[in-house]
Amino acid sequence: MLGEPRDGRIVVVGASLAGLRAAETLRAEGFTGSLTLIGEETHPPYDRPPLSKQVLLGKVPADRTGLPQRRRLDADWKLGVRAGGLDPVGKRVLLDDGADVPFDRLLIATGTRARPWPHPDEAAMDGVFTLRTSGDAAALAARLAAGPRRVLVVGAGFTGSEIASACRERGLDVTVAERGPAPLVGALGGTLGELAAKLQRAHGVDLRCGVTVTALEGDGRLTGAQFSDGTRIDADIAVIALGAVRNTEWLAESGLAAGPRGVTCDAGCRAFDMYGIVTDDIFAAGDVARFPHPLFEYQLLSLEHWGNAVAQAEVAAHNMISTGPRRRPHLTVPAFWSSQFGLNIKSVGVPTFSDQVVIAQGSLKDARLVAVYGYRGRVTAAVSVNQARSLEYYRHLIETAAPFPPAPGAADQRESPVPVPSDVPDPKLLSHGPTVALTGHLPDRRLTVVQPAR
Amino acid sequence: MHIVVDLNRCQGYAQCAFLAPGVFTMHGEESLLYTPVAPEDQRARVRRAVAACPVQAILVGEEAGAGAR
Repeated sequence: MLGEPRDGRIVVVGASLAGLRAAETLRAEGFTGSLTLIGEETHPPYDRPPLSKQVLLGKVPADRTGLPQRRRLDADWKLGVRAGGLDPVGKRVLLDDGADVPFDRLLIATGTRARPWPHPDEAAMDGVFTLRTSGDAAALAARLAAGPRRVLVVGAGFTGSEIASACRERGLDVTVAERGPAPLVGALGGTLGELAAKLQRAHGVDLRCGVTVTALEGDGRLTGAQFSDGTRIDADIAVIALGAVRNTEWLAESGLAAGPRGVTCDAGCRAFDMYGIVTDDIFAAGDVARFPHPLFEYQLLSLEHWGNAVAQAEVAAHNMISTGPRRRPHLTVPAFWSSQFGLNIKSVGVPTFSDQVVIAQGSLKDARLVAVYGYRGRVTAAVSVNQARSLEYYRHLIETAAPFPPAPGAADQRESPVPVPSDVPDPKLLSHGPTVALTGHLPDRRLTVVQPAR
Repeated sequence: MHIVVDLNRCQGYAQCAFLAPGVFTMHGEESLLYTPVAPEDQRARVRRAVAACPVQAILVGEEAGAGAR
Protein backbone atom coordinates (compact mmCIF):
# COMPACT_ATOMS: atom_id res chain seq x y z
CA MET A 1 0.00 0.00 0.00
CA LEU A 2 1.26 3.47 -0.82
CA GLY A 3 3.15 5.11 2.00
CA GLU A 4 3.49 1.90 4.03
CA PRO A 5 7.05 1.22 5.15
CA ARG A 6 7.54 -2.00 3.22
CA ASP A 7 11.25 -1.57 2.56
CA GLY A 8 14.38 -0.50 4.40
CA ARG A 9 16.36 -2.54 6.93
CA ILE A 10 14.70 -4.54 9.69
CA VAL A 11 16.83 -6.21 12.33
CA VAL A 12 15.41 -8.82 14.71
CA VAL A 13 17.49 -9.50 17.82
CA GLY A 14 16.59 -12.92 19.15
CA ALA A 15 16.34 -15.90 16.81
CA SER A 16 13.91 -18.10 18.64
CA LEU A 17 10.15 -18.57 18.32
CA ALA A 18 9.13 -14.88 18.47
CA GLY A 19 11.93 -13.73 16.17
CA LEU A 20 11.14 -16.41 13.61
CA ARG A 21 7.39 -15.80 13.57
CA ALA A 22 7.94 -12.05 13.29
CA ALA A 23 10.27 -12.55 10.33
CA GLU A 24 7.74 -14.79 8.61
CA THR A 25 4.96 -12.27 9.17
CA LEU A 26 7.08 -9.43 7.79
CA ARG A 27 7.61 -11.32 4.56
CA ALA A 28 4.02 -12.59 4.43
CA GLU A 29 2.73 -9.03 4.67
CA GLY A 30 4.94 -7.76 1.91
CA PHE A 31 8.12 -6.48 3.50
CA THR A 32 10.68 -6.41 0.69
CA GLY A 33 13.65 -4.80 2.43
CA SER A 34 16.61 -6.43 4.10
CA LEU A 35 15.93 -8.68 7.07
CA THR A 36 18.58 -9.70 9.59
CA LEU A 37 18.11 -12.12 12.48
CA ILE A 38 20.66 -12.12 15.28
CA GLY A 39 20.79 -15.07 17.68
CA GLU A 40 23.11 -15.79 20.58
CA GLU A 41 22.74 -19.54 20.19
CA THR A 42 24.38 -21.32 17.28
CA HIS A 43 21.21 -23.30 16.53
CA PRO A 44 18.56 -22.02 14.15
CA PRO A 45 15.22 -21.47 15.94
CA TYR A 46 14.03 -24.52 17.84
CA ASP A 47 11.03 -25.39 19.94
CA ARG A 48 11.58 -25.36 23.70
CA PRO A 49 8.44 -27.06 25.12
CA PRO A 50 9.62 -30.54 24.04
CA LEU A 51 12.88 -30.09 25.97
CA SER A 52 11.26 -30.80 29.34
CA LYS A 53 9.05 -33.56 27.95
CA GLN A 54 9.98 -35.65 24.88
CA VAL A 55 13.69 -34.91 25.25
CA LEU A 56 13.99 -35.74 28.97
CA LEU A 57 11.98 -38.90 28.37
CA GLY A 58 14.61 -39.92 25.84
CA LYS A 59 12.13 -40.03 22.96
CA VAL A 60 13.63 -37.17 20.96
CA PRO A 61 17.26 -36.00 20.79
CA ALA A 62 17.69 -32.46 22.12
CA ASP A 63 19.08 -31.15 18.83
CA ARG A 64 16.07 -32.39 16.89
CA THR A 65 13.39 -29.89 17.88
CA GLY A 66 14.06 -27.37 15.11
CA LEU A 67 11.06 -25.24 14.20
CA PRO A 68 9.53 -25.42 10.74
CA GLN A 69 9.31 -22.21 8.80
CA ARG A 70 6.10 -21.20 7.12
CA ARG A 71 7.76 -19.51 4.15
CA ARG A 72 11.11 -18.61 2.68
CA LEU A 73 12.52 -15.72 4.66
CA ASP A 74 15.30 -14.44 2.45
CA ALA A 75 17.02 -13.33 5.65
CA ASP A 76 20.57 -12.79 6.78
CA TRP A 77 21.06 -15.03 9.82
CA LYS A 78 23.74 -14.05 12.31
CA LEU A 79 23.79 -16.98 14.71
CA GLY A 80 26.19 -17.62 17.56
CA VAL A 81 26.76 -13.93 18.16
CA ARG A 82 25.39 -11.93 21.04
CA ALA A 83 23.98 -8.43 20.79
CA GLY A 84 25.84 -6.40 23.41
CA GLY A 85 24.32 -2.98 23.00
CA LEU A 86 21.95 -0.71 21.15
CA ASP A 87 22.64 2.78 19.85
CA PRO A 88 19.14 4.24 19.38
CA VAL A 89 20.39 7.52 17.92
CA GLY A 90 22.76 6.00 15.39
CA LYS A 91 20.23 3.15 14.96
CA ARG A 92 22.75 0.35 15.27
CA VAL A 93 22.83 -2.94 17.14
CA LEU A 94 26.29 -3.47 18.61
CA LEU A 95 27.47 -7.05 18.52
CA ASP A 96 29.85 -8.63 21.01
CA ASP A 97 32.19 -9.57 18.17
CA GLY A 98 32.78 -5.85 17.53
CA ALA A 99 30.60 -5.53 14.47
CA ASP A 100 27.51 -3.39 14.34
CA VAL A 101 24.31 -3.83 12.40
CA PRO A 102 22.42 -0.73 11.23
CA PHE A 103 18.64 -0.77 11.16
CA ASP A 104 15.66 1.33 10.20
CA ARG A 105 13.36 -0.66 12.46
CA LEU A 106 14.32 -3.06 15.22
CA LEU A 107 12.49 -5.92 16.93
CA ILE A 108 13.71 -6.93 20.38
CA ALA A 109 12.91 -10.60 20.97
CA THR A 110 15.75 -11.68 23.24
CA GLY A 111 13.53 -13.71 25.55
CA THR A 112 14.73 -15.11 28.84
CA ARG A 113 17.38 -17.41 30.24
CA ALA A 114 17.24 -19.81 33.16
CA ARG A 115 17.77 -18.16 36.53
CA PRO A 116 21.03 -19.63 37.79
CA TRP A 117 21.63 -21.10 41.23
CA PRO A 118 22.72 -18.09 43.32
CA HIS A 119 26.00 -19.64 44.56
CA PRO A 120 28.37 -19.80 41.57
CA ASP A 121 30.71 -22.36 43.15
CA GLU A 122 27.84 -24.73 43.82
CA ALA A 123 26.28 -24.04 40.44
CA ALA A 124 29.53 -24.99 38.72
CA MET A 125 29.62 -28.48 40.25
CA ASP A 126 29.25 -31.49 38.02
CA GLY A 127 25.65 -32.66 38.28
CA VAL A 128 24.04 -29.22 38.70
CA PHE A 129 21.85 -28.23 35.75
CA THR A 130 19.38 -25.67 34.53
CA LEU A 131 16.96 -26.35 31.67
CA ARG A 132 16.39 -23.69 29.07
CA THR A 133 18.43 -24.36 25.94
CA SER A 134 18.75 -27.42 23.77
CA GLY A 135 22.31 -27.80 25.08
CA ASP A 136 20.98 -27.85 28.65
CA ALA A 137 18.43 -30.49 27.67
CA ALA A 138 21.02 -32.64 25.88
CA ALA A 139 23.31 -32.68 28.90
CA LEU A 140 20.52 -33.38 31.38
CA ALA A 141 18.88 -36.07 29.23
CA ALA A 142 22.22 -37.87 28.94
CA ARG A 143 22.67 -37.86 32.70
CA LEU A 144 19.11 -39.07 33.31
CA ALA A 145 19.68 -41.90 30.84
CA ALA A 146 22.79 -42.94 32.78
CA GLY A 147 20.59 -43.72 35.79
CA PRO A 148 21.38 -41.38 38.65
CA ARG A 149 20.51 -42.55 42.15
CA ARG A 150 18.47 -39.47 42.98
CA VAL A 151 17.53 -36.27 41.18
CA LEU A 152 16.82 -33.10 43.15
CA VAL A 153 14.54 -30.59 41.45
CA VAL A 154 14.73 -27.14 43.01
CA GLY A 155 11.47 -25.27 42.37
CA ALA A 156 8.07 -26.76 41.56
CA GLY A 157 6.77 -24.39 38.94
CA PHE A 158 5.78 -25.80 35.55
CA THR A 159 9.31 -26.57 34.38
CA GLY A 160 10.34 -28.13 37.69
CA SER A 161 7.17 -30.21 37.84
CA GLU A 162 7.59 -31.42 34.25
CA ILE A 163 11.19 -32.41 35.00
CA ALA A 164 10.05 -34.32 38.07
CA SER A 165 7.35 -36.01 36.01
CA ALA A 166 9.88 -37.10 33.36
CA CYS A 167 12.19 -38.46 36.07
CA ARG A 168 9.44 -40.55 37.63
CA GLU A 169 8.40 -41.82 34.23
CA ARG A 170 11.97 -42.97 33.75
CA GLY A 171 11.78 -44.71 37.11
CA LEU A 172 14.24 -42.36 38.78
CA ASP A 173 14.02 -41.34 42.43
CA VAL A 174 13.30 -37.66 42.63
CA THR A 175 13.04 -35.09 45.39
CA VAL A 176 11.31 -31.78 44.68
CA ALA A 177 12.00 -28.80 46.93
CA GLU A 178 9.47 -25.97 46.73
CA ARG A 179 9.58 -22.81 48.80
CA GLY A 180 5.81 -22.25 48.51
CA PRO A 181 3.06 -24.34 50.09
CA ALA A 182 2.51 -26.52 47.00
CA PRO A 183 3.69 -27.06 43.39
CA LEU A 184 2.37 -24.64 40.76
CA VAL A 185 0.92 -22.38 43.44
CA GLY A 186 2.66 -19.35 42.00
CA ALA A 187 0.89 -19.76 38.67
CA LEU A 188 -2.41 -21.44 39.58
CA GLY A 189 -3.09 -20.61 43.22
CA GLY A 190 -3.93 -22.79 46.21
CA THR A 191 -6.73 -25.07 44.98
CA LEU A 192 -4.88 -26.56 42.01
CA GLY A 193 -1.61 -26.40 43.95
CA GLU A 194 -3.05 -28.88 46.45
CA LEU A 195 -4.12 -31.15 43.60
CA ALA A 196 -0.61 -30.96 42.12
CA ALA A 197 0.94 -31.86 45.47
CA LYS A 198 -1.30 -34.94 45.81
CA LEU A 199 -0.50 -36.02 42.28
CA GLN A 200 3.24 -35.68 42.69
CA ARG A 201 3.17 -37.74 45.88
CA ALA A 202 0.89 -40.33 44.29
CA HIS A 203 3.49 -40.68 41.54
CA GLY A 204 6.24 -41.29 44.06
CA VAL A 205 7.85 -37.87 44.18
CA ASP A 206 9.52 -36.99 47.48
CA LEU A 207 7.87 -33.56 47.56
CA ARG A 208 9.04 -31.12 50.20
CA CYS A 209 7.11 -27.87 50.39
CA GLY A 210 7.76 -24.84 52.54
CA VAL A 211 11.50 -25.50 52.43
CA THR A 212 14.40 -24.02 50.56
CA VAL A 213 17.68 -25.59 49.58
CA THR A 214 20.34 -23.96 51.73
CA ALA A 215 23.36 -25.68 50.21
CA LEU A 216 24.31 -27.97 47.37
CA GLU A 217 27.04 -30.26 48.67
CA GLY A 218 29.93 -31.83 46.88
CA ASP A 219 33.57 -31.49 46.03
CA GLY A 220 33.49 -30.57 42.37
CA ARG A 221 30.78 -33.14 41.96
CA LEU A 222 27.31 -32.94 43.49
CA THR A 223 26.68 -35.42 46.29
CA GLY A 224 23.70 -34.01 48.14
CA ALA A 225 21.75 -31.03 49.39
CA GLN A 226 20.76 -29.43 52.66
CA PHE A 227 17.33 -27.98 53.33
CA SER A 228 16.17 -25.10 55.48
CA ASP A 229 14.31 -27.49 57.80
CA GLY A 230 17.61 -29.07 58.80
CA THR A 231 17.24 -32.24 56.72
CA ARG A 232 19.56 -33.34 53.91
CA ILE A 233 19.47 -35.81 51.04
CA ASP A 234 21.96 -37.61 48.84
CA ALA A 235 21.57 -36.65 45.20
CA ASP A 236 23.87 -36.85 42.21
CA ILE A 237 21.86 -34.51 40.00
CA ALA A 238 20.21 -31.21 40.86
CA VAL A 239 18.09 -29.28 38.39
CA ILE A 240 17.63 -25.64 39.24
CA ALA A 241 14.12 -24.66 38.12
CA LEU A 242 13.76 -21.25 39.72
CA GLY A 243 12.23 -19.44 36.79
CA ALA A 244 13.72 -17.20 34.18
CA VAL A 245 15.63 -13.95 33.88
CA ARG A 246 14.80 -11.56 31.06
CA ASN A 247 17.61 -10.84 28.66
CA THR A 248 17.64 -7.06 28.87
CA GLU A 249 21.15 -6.31 30.15
CA TRP A 250 22.34 -5.52 26.65
CA LEU A 251 19.83 -2.63 26.60
CA ALA A 252 21.16 -1.00 29.80
CA GLU A 253 22.72 1.95 27.96
CA SER A 254 20.08 2.14 25.25
CA GLY A 255 17.74 4.64 26.90
CA LEU A 256 14.84 2.21 26.55
CA ALA A 257 12.47 1.29 29.39
CA ALA A 258 14.25 -2.03 29.82
CA GLY A 259 15.06 -3.79 33.07
CA PRO A 260 14.64 -7.02 35.03
CA ARG A 261 10.88 -7.03 34.33
CA GLY A 262 11.37 -6.79 30.59
CA VAL A 263 11.19 -4.20 27.84
CA THR A 264 8.10 -2.08 28.34
CA CYS A 265 6.07 -1.53 25.20
CA ASP A 266 2.61 -0.32 24.26
CA ALA A 267 -0.24 -2.55 23.13
CA GLY A 268 1.11 -2.22 19.60
CA CYS A 269 4.51 -3.64 20.68
CA ARG A 270 6.33 -0.31 20.32
CA ALA A 271 9.01 0.02 23.00
CA PHE A 272 8.97 2.88 25.47
CA ASP A 273 12.08 4.88 26.20
CA MET A 274 13.10 5.50 29.79
CA TYR A 275 10.98 8.65 29.92
CA GLY A 276 7.87 6.70 29.01
CA ILE A 277 7.79 8.11 25.48
CA VAL A 278 6.91 5.54 22.87
CA THR A 279 9.51 4.94 20.17
CA ASP A 280 8.58 4.81 16.52
CA ASP A 281 11.08 2.30 15.25
CA ILE A 282 11.85 -0.11 18.09
CA PHE A 283 9.46 -2.93 18.88
CA ALA A 284 9.43 -5.81 21.38
CA ALA A 285 7.76 -9.23 21.40
CA GLY A 286 7.82 -12.52 23.25
CA ASP A 287 9.04 -13.35 26.75
CA VAL A 288 11.11 -10.18 26.99
CA ALA A 289 8.21 -7.81 26.30
CA ARG A 290 6.11 -6.19 28.99
CA PHE A 291 2.84 -4.80 27.72
CA PRO A 292 -0.51 -3.47 28.92
CA HIS A 293 -3.60 -5.64 28.46
CA PRO A 294 -7.05 -4.07 28.82
CA LEU A 295 -8.62 -7.31 30.06
CA PHE A 296 -6.29 -7.17 33.04
CA GLU A 297 -6.77 -3.52 33.88
CA TYR A 298 -3.92 -2.38 31.68
CA GLN A 299 -1.40 -3.92 34.03
CA LEU A 300 1.91 -4.47 32.36
CA LEU A 301 2.15 -8.20 31.72
CA SER A 302 5.18 -10.22 30.76
CA LEU A 303 4.12 -13.66 29.66
CA GLU A 304 6.54 -16.54 29.24
CA HIS A 305 4.10 -18.37 27.03
CA TRP A 306 4.69 -20.07 23.70
CA GLY A 307 1.39 -18.72 22.35
CA ASN A 308 2.15 -15.19 23.44
CA ALA A 309 5.48 -15.26 21.63
CA VAL A 310 3.70 -16.24 18.41
CA ALA A 311 0.78 -13.81 18.68
CA GLN A 312 2.81 -10.85 19.86
CA ALA A 313 5.47 -11.39 17.21
CA GLU A 314 2.80 -11.35 14.52
CA VAL A 315 1.33 -8.09 15.82
CA ALA A 316 4.76 -6.50 16.21
CA ALA A 317 5.73 -7.47 12.66
CA HIS A 318 2.46 -6.17 11.25
CA ASN A 319 2.90 -2.87 13.05
CA MET A 320 6.53 -2.54 11.93
CA ILE A 321 5.31 -2.23 8.37
CA SER A 322 2.02 -0.44 8.95
CA THR A 323 1.20 3.13 9.82
CA GLY A 324 -1.36 4.94 11.93
CA PRO A 325 -4.80 3.37 12.13
CA ARG A 326 -3.66 0.21 10.33
CA ARG A 327 -1.66 -0.78 13.39
CA ARG A 328 -3.18 -3.49 15.56
CA PRO A 329 -3.20 -4.03 19.32
CA HIS A 330 -1.89 -7.24 20.88
CA LEU A 331 -5.07 -8.34 22.59
CA THR A 332 -5.09 -12.12 22.51
CA VAL A 333 -6.17 -13.84 25.69
CA PRO A 334 -3.08 -15.41 27.29
CA ALA A 335 -2.97 -19.21 27.12
CA PHE A 336 -0.53 -21.98 27.99
CA TRP A 337 -0.35 -25.71 28.57
CA SER A 338 1.63 -28.19 30.59
CA SER A 339 1.81 -31.96 30.51
CA GLN A 340 2.87 -33.73 33.69
CA PHE A 341 2.12 -36.86 35.70
CA GLY A 342 -0.26 -38.08 33.03
CA LEU A 343 -2.33 -34.91 33.12
CA ASN A 344 -2.91 -32.24 30.52
CA ILE A 345 -3.16 -28.83 32.17
CA LYS A 346 -4.28 -25.90 30.06
CA SER A 347 -4.92 -22.31 31.01
CA VAL A 348 -6.62 -19.29 29.44
CA GLY A 349 -6.61 -15.80 30.89
CA VAL A 350 -4.37 -14.87 33.81
CA PRO A 351 -5.05 -17.09 36.86
CA THR A 352 -2.92 -14.91 39.10
CA PHE A 353 -5.23 -12.02 38.29
CA SER A 354 -7.93 -13.30 40.62
CA ASP A 355 -9.32 -13.21 44.10
CA GLN A 356 -11.55 -16.29 43.93
CA VAL A 357 -11.68 -19.65 42.21
CA VAL A 358 -14.47 -22.18 41.72
CA ILE A 359 -14.43 -25.69 40.31
CA ALA A 360 -16.97 -25.10 37.54
CA GLN A 361 -16.88 -28.56 35.95
CA GLY A 362 -15.61 -31.94 37.02
CA SER A 363 -13.90 -32.59 40.34
CA LEU A 364 -10.56 -32.48 42.08
CA LYS A 365 -11.11 -36.08 43.19
CA ASP A 366 -11.15 -37.33 39.60
CA ALA A 367 -8.37 -34.94 38.54
CA ARG A 368 -10.60 -33.90 35.66
CA LEU A 369 -11.97 -30.44 35.98
CA VAL A 370 -12.19 -26.83 34.95
CA ALA A 371 -11.27 -24.26 37.59
CA VAL A 372 -12.59 -20.78 36.85
CA TYR A 373 -10.93 -17.74 38.37
CA GLY A 374 -12.63 -14.43 39.09
CA TYR A 375 -11.58 -10.99 40.13
CA ARG A 376 -14.07 -8.55 41.62
CA GLY A 377 -17.01 -10.41 40.17
CA ARG A 378 -15.85 -11.11 36.64
CA VAL A 379 -14.21 -14.12 35.03
CA THR A 380 -10.48 -13.58 34.43
CA ALA A 381 -9.08 -17.08 33.84
CA ALA A 382 -9.86 -20.77 33.54
CA VAL A 383 -7.64 -23.81 33.93
CA SER A 384 -8.58 -27.26 32.68
CA VAL A 385 -7.15 -30.54 33.88
CA ASN A 386 -7.78 -33.32 31.33
CA GLN A 387 -10.77 -31.38 30.08
CA ALA A 388 -9.26 -29.19 27.37
CA ARG A 389 -12.28 -29.07 25.13
CA SER A 390 -14.24 -27.05 27.68
CA LEU A 391 -11.73 -24.24 27.73
CA GLU A 392 -12.84 -22.41 24.61
CA TYR A 393 -16.15 -21.60 26.28
CA TYR A 394 -14.40 -19.97 29.22
CA ARG A 395 -12.11 -18.00 26.93
CA HIS A 396 -15.25 -16.40 25.58
CA LEU A 397 -16.39 -15.57 29.13
CA ILE A 398 -13.03 -13.93 29.83
CA GLU A 399 -13.15 -11.89 26.63
CA THR A 400 -16.60 -10.57 27.40
CA ALA A 401 -15.93 -9.83 31.09
CA ALA A 402 -18.70 -12.27 32.09
CA PRO A 403 -19.85 -12.29 35.72
CA PHE A 404 -18.07 -14.51 38.24
CA PRO A 405 -18.96 -17.10 39.40
CA PRO A 406 -20.14 -18.31 35.98
CA ALA A 407 -23.69 -19.60 35.68
CA PRO A 408 -23.87 -23.40 35.94
CA GLY A 409 -23.50 -24.92 32.48
CA ALA A 410 -25.23 -27.95 31.08
CA ALA A 411 -22.01 -29.93 31.38
CA ASP A 412 -21.23 -31.49 34.75
CA GLN A 413 -22.34 -31.06 38.28
CA ARG A 414 -20.12 -28.75 40.22
CA GLU A 415 -18.09 -30.25 42.99
CA SER A 416 -18.44 -27.14 45.07
CA PRO A 417 -20.58 -24.28 43.81
CA VAL A 418 -19.04 -21.97 46.36
CA PRO A 419 -16.05 -19.92 45.23
CA VAL A 420 -13.08 -20.00 47.56
CA PRO A 421 -10.12 -17.65 47.78
CA SER A 422 -7.78 -18.31 44.89
CA ASP A 423 -4.68 -17.93 47.07
CA VAL A 424 -2.53 -16.56 44.32
CA PRO A 425 0.57 -14.64 45.30
CA ASP A 426 0.70 -10.90 45.69
CA PRO A 427 -2.97 -9.88 45.58
CA LYS A 428 -1.89 -6.42 46.70
CA LEU A 429 -0.69 -5.78 43.17
CA LEU A 430 -4.26 -5.87 41.91
CA SER A 431 -5.99 -2.58 41.48
CA HIS A 432 -9.46 -1.22 41.05
CA GLY A 433 -10.40 -0.60 37.43
CA PRO A 434 -12.95 -0.68 34.67
CA THR A 435 -14.69 -3.67 33.19
CA VAL A 436 -13.37 -4.48 29.76
CA ALA A 437 -14.65 -6.66 26.98
CA LEU A 438 -12.82 -7.58 23.83
CA THR A 439 -14.98 -7.35 20.78
CA GLY A 440 -14.71 -7.61 17.02
CA HIS A 441 -13.94 -10.60 14.83
CA LEU A 442 -11.17 -9.85 12.35
CA PRO A 443 -7.75 -9.25 13.85
CA ASP A 444 -7.63 -5.65 12.72
CA ARG A 445 -11.10 -5.03 14.11
CA ARG A 446 -10.36 -6.53 17.48
CA LEU A 447 -11.33 -3.71 19.80
CA THR A 448 -12.09 -3.17 23.41
CA VAL A 449 -15.19 -1.82 25.05
CA VAL A 450 -14.48 -0.22 28.40
CA GLN A 451 -17.31 0.28 30.87
CA PRO A 452 -17.09 2.03 34.23
CA ALA A 453 -16.62 -0.41 37.08
CA ARG A 454 -19.82 -1.54 38.71
CA MET B 1 10.24 -32.44 7.52
CA HIS B 2 9.95 -30.37 10.67
CA ILE B 3 6.79 -30.27 12.76
CA VAL B 4 5.42 -28.05 15.48
CA VAL B 5 2.03 -28.44 17.10
CA ASP B 6 0.24 -25.50 18.66
CA LEU B 7 -0.70 -27.24 21.88
CA ASN B 8 -2.88 -24.34 22.96
CA ARG B 9 -5.04 -25.23 20.02
CA CYS B 10 -4.72 -29.02 20.30
CA GLN B 11 -7.67 -30.58 22.06
CA GLY B 12 -6.57 -34.17 22.05
CA TYR B 13 -8.78 -35.45 19.22
CA ALA B 14 -5.91 -37.83 18.44
CA GLN B 15 -6.58 -38.00 14.69
CA CYS B 16 -2.86 -37.48 14.12
CA ALA B 17 -1.99 -40.34 16.45
CA PHE B 18 -4.17 -42.68 14.35
CA LEU B 19 -2.88 -41.46 11.01
CA ALA B 20 0.83 -41.15 11.82
CA PRO B 21 1.44 -43.20 14.96
CA GLY B 22 5.18 -43.18 14.35
CA VAL B 23 5.26 -39.42 14.79
CA PHE B 24 2.33 -38.49 17.04
CA THR B 25 1.39 -40.35 20.21
CA MET B 26 -1.03 -39.64 23.01
CA HIS B 27 0.56 -39.41 26.42
CA GLY B 28 -2.07 -39.88 29.04
CA GLU B 29 -5.65 -39.13 28.05
CA GLU B 30 -5.25 -35.88 26.18
CA SER B 31 -1.59 -34.82 26.04
CA LEU B 32 0.11 -35.11 22.69
CA LEU B 33 3.78 -36.00 22.26
CA TYR B 34 5.33 -35.80 18.82
CA THR B 35 8.63 -36.13 17.04
CA PRO B 36 9.55 -32.62 15.88
CA VAL B 37 11.67 -33.93 12.98
CA ALA B 38 9.74 -36.61 11.14
CA PRO B 39 11.58 -39.26 9.12
CA GLU B 40 11.23 -38.94 5.35
CA ASP B 41 9.24 -42.18 5.10
CA GLN B 42 6.57 -40.62 7.31
CA ARG B 43 6.02 -37.62 5.06
CA ALA B 44 2.75 -38.81 3.47
CA ARG B 45 1.31 -39.90 6.81
CA VAL B 46 2.19 -36.57 8.43
CA ARG B 47 0.52 -34.70 5.57
CA ARG B 48 -2.65 -36.71 6.17
CA ALA B 49 -2.46 -35.94 9.89
CA VAL B 50 -2.07 -32.22 9.19
CA ALA B 51 -5.11 -32.26 6.95
CA ALA B 52 -7.21 -34.31 9.37
CA CYS B 53 -6.54 -32.28 12.53
CA PRO B 54 -9.97 -30.90 13.51
CA VAL B 55 -8.41 -27.77 15.02
CA GLN B 56 -5.61 -27.37 12.43
CA ALA B 57 -2.95 -27.25 15.12
CA ILE B 58 -0.12 -28.93 13.21
CA LEU B 59 2.38 -26.89 11.22
CA VAL B 60 4.94 -28.60 8.99
CA GLY B 61 7.67 -27.14 6.86
CA GLU B 62 11.33 -27.10 6.11
CA GLU B 63 13.64 -26.33 9.01
CA ALA B 64 13.74 -22.62 9.81
CA GLY B 65 17.14 -21.12 9.21
CA ALA B 66 18.49 -24.27 7.61
CA GLY B 67 21.90 -23.49 6.20
CA ALA B 68 22.35 -20.63 8.65
CA ARG B 69 24.54 -22.66 10.99
